[in-house]
Amino acid sequence: MTEINLLINGKAVVAEEGQSVLAAALAHNIYIPHLCDHPDLKPTGACRLCLVEIAGQVVTACTTQVLEGLEVKTDTAEIERVRKTTVELLLINHERNCLECASDASCELQKVAQYVGIGLHDLKKYGAAVKRVDIDDSNPFFNIDHNKCIKCGICIRTCDELQNLGVIDFANRGYDTVVSTFDGRPLIESDCKSCGECAVRCPTGAMTLKTQQTPTREEKTICPYCGCGCGMYLGVRDNKIVSARGDRENPSNSGSLCVKGRFGYEFVNSPERLTTPLIKESGEFRKATWDEALDLIAKKLVAIKGDKFALLASAKATNEDNYVLQKFVRVVMGTNNVDHCARLCHAPTVAGLAQSFGSGAMTNATKDIGMAKCIFAIGTNTTAAHPIIALQVKKVAREGGILIVANPRKIDLCRHATIFLQHKPGTDVALMMGMMRVIVDEKLQNENFIKARCDNFSEFKKSLAAFDLDFVEKTTGVAREKIIAAARAYATSGTSAILYSMGITQHTHGTDNVLATSNLALLTGNVGRPGTGVNPLRGQNNVQGACDMGALPNVYPGYQKIVDAKNQKKFESAWGAKLSNKIGLTHMEIFDAITDGKVDFLYTVGENPVLSEANAGHVIEALNEIKFFVAQDIFLTETAQFADVVLPAVTYAEKDGTFTNTERRVQRVRKIIEPIGDAKPDWWIICQLAKRLEAIRHPVLDTGSKSVRGVQCSQHSVDSAVKPRNDAVQQNEAMQRNNDAERLGKLNASGFDFENAEQIMDEITAVTPSYAGINYERLECAAGLQWPCPNNEHPGTPILHTEKFATVSGKGNFMPLVYKPSAELPDDEYPLILTTDRSLFHFHTATMTRKVKGLEELRPFEVVRINPIDAEELKINDGEMIKVISRRGEVAAKAKITIASPVGVIAMTFHFAESPTNMVTNPAVDPVAKIPETKVAAVRIEKA
Amino acid sequence: MSDSSLQQRLDEVFSSFQGRAQELIPVLQAVQREFGYLSGETMLAIANFLRIPASRVFGVATFYAQFRFSAIGRKHIMACRGTACHVRGAPRIVDEIKNILKIEEGETTADGEYSLETVACIGCCGLAPCIMINGEVKAKLTPKKIAELFAKKE
Repeated sequence: MTEINLLINGKAVVAEEGQSVLAAALAHNIYIPHLCDHPDLKPTGACRLCLVEIAGQVVTACTTQVLEGLEVKTDTAEIERVRKTTVELLLINHERNCLECASDASCELQKVAQYVGIGLHDLKKYGAAVKRVDIDDSNPFFNIDHNKCIKCGICIRTCDELQNLGVIDFANRGYDTVVSTFDGRPLIESDCKSCGECAVRCPTGAMTLKTQQTPTREEKTICPYCGCGCGMYLGVRDNKIVSARGDRENPSNSGSLCVKGRFGYEFVNSPERLTTPLIKESGEFRKATWDEALDLIAKKLVAIKGDKFALLASAKATNEDNYVLQKFVRVVMGTNNVDHCARLCHAPTVAGLAQSFGSGAMTNATKDIGMAKCIFAIGTNTTAAHPIIALQVKKVAREGGILIVANPRKIDLCRHATIFLQHKPGTDVALMMGMMRVIVDEKLQNENFIKARCDNFSEFKKSLAAFDLDFVEKTTGVAREKIIAAARAYATSGTSAILYSMGITQHTHGTDNVLATSNLALLTGNVGRPGTGVNPLRGQNNVQGACDMGALPNVYPGYQKIVDAKNQKKFESAWGAKLSNKIGLTHMEIFDAITDGKVDFLYTVGENPVLSEANAGHVIEALNEIKFFVAQDIFLTETAQFADVVLPAVTYAEKDGTFTNTERRVQRVRKIIEPIGDAKPDWWIICQLAKRLEAIRHPVLDTGSKSVRGVQCSQHSVDSAVKPRNDAVQQNEAMQRNNDAERLGKLNASGFDFENAEQIMDEITAVTPSYAGINYERLECAAGLQWPCPNNEHPGTPILHTEKFATVSGKGNFMPLVYKPSAELPDDEYPLILTTDRSLFHFHTATMTRKVKGLEELRPFEVVRINPIDAEELKINDGEMIKVISRRGEVAAKAKITIASPVGVIAMTFHFAESPTNMVTNPAVDPVAKIPETKVAAVRIEKA
Repeated sequence: MSDSSLQQRLDEVFSSFQGRAQELIPVLQAVQREFGYLSGETMLAIANFLRIPASRVFGVATFYAQFRFSAIGRKHIMACRGTACHVRGAPRIVDEIKNILKIEEGETTADGEYSLETVACIGCCGLAPCIMINGEVKAKLTPKKIAELFAKKE
């Protein structure tokens, strides 16, 4: 950064090249009145207040860049005269009921008026006040009061420049200029996504948040919704969360929040929260004490042996919670029957990318996506499911990059796409192999990269033979010209990134789909550099972390395989218990095992499989048959209602811990309010159970005694701080060496007597090589730490595979692929394909979001999105209740006629208990990853 | 108008453009030539065609006096507000029309019979104040004459 020296009011100021005079002055504590400037937005010089004199000329400071030797005067008599009139003209058009205004005291106009020195008497000369306009209060989260609008345009530019939506613009320009939606409609009827980014930037009271209050105190934490993992400050009054705002220092979101992040905290203080344990007696729940409930569970558990027990951990819970959960299953219950909802979302990513790259996680950082010159977004409805990552995608498209969207549905992102490939559901392998065929045929592959860094290219190349464009065009339904254009764009941009999500993974060939993405990246050398990579966008706030913590049936924390005797020995030594080396049951298998009588005791933590599992009817059947079922959750979910005992857990706002977001960034979550009612942290509950079980099993032992494990683990963090670092594989190897059995042997193994989350993190870092350099002290810094972080000096790893892949050979593996159709294709009886999608306004089974009044208002019920041609053929009207029927069940919802759905394909979310879409989805699984095919099911439609 | 014929007519209009953002004003003019006015539907179609936010289409269209947002009536009134008409009482004439027809400038009566627009000058200052109804000049008007002209609407 070049330094520029200038004089402002005679004071020497050092500014950065490219900075505006206004920014330079403000940075040096020299106030210049201004209203339309915002650091996130391009300057426009609209308000004419930041006038300064430079070389005898009066100019606006926001649009003038600093220059070496510039002499700036901010307050001359001429400037003061002009500025006073400008502010007066603003004020006569501004409703002046400051005391009643929500922005009183934070109002920039007020501040400017005071600075300039304007009293009400100054305004008399202008005559009558302007006519009042009605307030637009149609949006549940914020109002627009045009009577207070000063036409600075910050809201308009925010919506356009940052959100790339352009929902509002100036209309009726002239004397009647107004900030308006299209056609002057109420905000609720516009395309507004209700993120509130405009409202939080409004300098006056023209846009104000309806549901937020001024807090007594604010605390920094991480958003509990999607995998973006946005940093935020929650505001508290009494024991209630009353506000949320983005953390501008956080690199994952740089202060941006979506509608769920900014307004979706209401569920924490919902009156529907579980506040005491519940025990079911003769079919009815009754309130119970913790002692009662835990003793009852312990008594039941003691009779259960090993594999008869199964636990579903939670991608919503912290790393610390998940670590303790899987440890409990392995150490106390002696089984590996632990899994969580990653099985239903990114299991193929973990399985697939582990084969090709050696590490099943997003290769690059969120920020990085904005540096791509070409983005290939396949099977990701990014604006709905990962709104903050979508900002980066839209930014690339806006700044002239190429955005290729591949999706069976015409999703929102298509608006920004350069090329839209609308392929048929389940034909992703054919589409991507077709693109690779073009790349190879046209010799656009990166030969140097392939030679230096990849294995198995020739085998892979042979498998391309089956994908000539006639076949690909016919299979995918995409015109060959588009496939060719996409292939060329991706291969030749030089910096191309792949983004994908459930559209890739939730198939019986999900792992093949993932391998196709990694093949594409390897073929063109788009791995290991900023703006490139294969970026699976993880759905839950901590699904990455729950996987990292080993809440999976085949791996210990840090993906250390349980079938490897060395790992078994390591963890037996670390945990002081005999461990099973039998791979446990996956999510779907657990419910099969229950109906087969192989699992008698199910424990779920923060999961709602009655709504989220494919073929949910089978889950209900299993939950009716199970001998004992414990559900631990924050609400009495559809699943918890089947439980014998329900345990009340705390939310993210009531406990300390860490979440690992989609870009592998481990970030601190903080206890901001006291637990609601008698709710407890998940890890605490499990530790209590472990102690009670131990007391029953070994009555001699004093279970209350403290172990010294926590202290020893802390020491480990220090002694691992010695390794030089540059790349993932070396790190792994080094970390393995570091975790020698001798040190781990010191750990007190039986211990479930953690006193706080930090002690758990210390144990996690001792046994998890990729987390070894992470501790709470380091996480205090705003950026968190991206794993692998093998020692205390390591800064974390924003980009994986920079020099070597994490595979054994250090090379990226090309994987030959064949096209496999989806398990269930449409036929005469079930002629339509049902695919599942997401709404921006709800999250997963909507346990949390439907407790937020405004979100419920924005999307109150399920819809079946159906193409007009299909609707006409079936004589279905828009808004009509219809039944969607598959071989497994039926579900009713309102029809929504839209061209977003292609002919022959309908789409539904799984957010609504009244319309449980998963009653009809197909439980057929990917043979490798065991993920069900929730993206393709054959259905028919009838009038309800 | 059915969706498909609307779309056909729009496609026909769009066919002489490239779909670039800079074409907004000529496209607005062409669509208004075809349909007589700019409806919400047609403006949305323009936004999609040019790949710009619909709010921008609306923002630009509302800036120019040449664009109208409702269908013109079977009888289109152009009320002169030029200098000559103004000094001879045009404001009272326009007010009387609004009063009788119960519409504002740029609007159309609910029965589709009349629409009203004000124009800068219709070039017959000697006949001030005057209006044109479907191209026919009504001259030297008074509020009383206006009341007679639109009598049946009372």
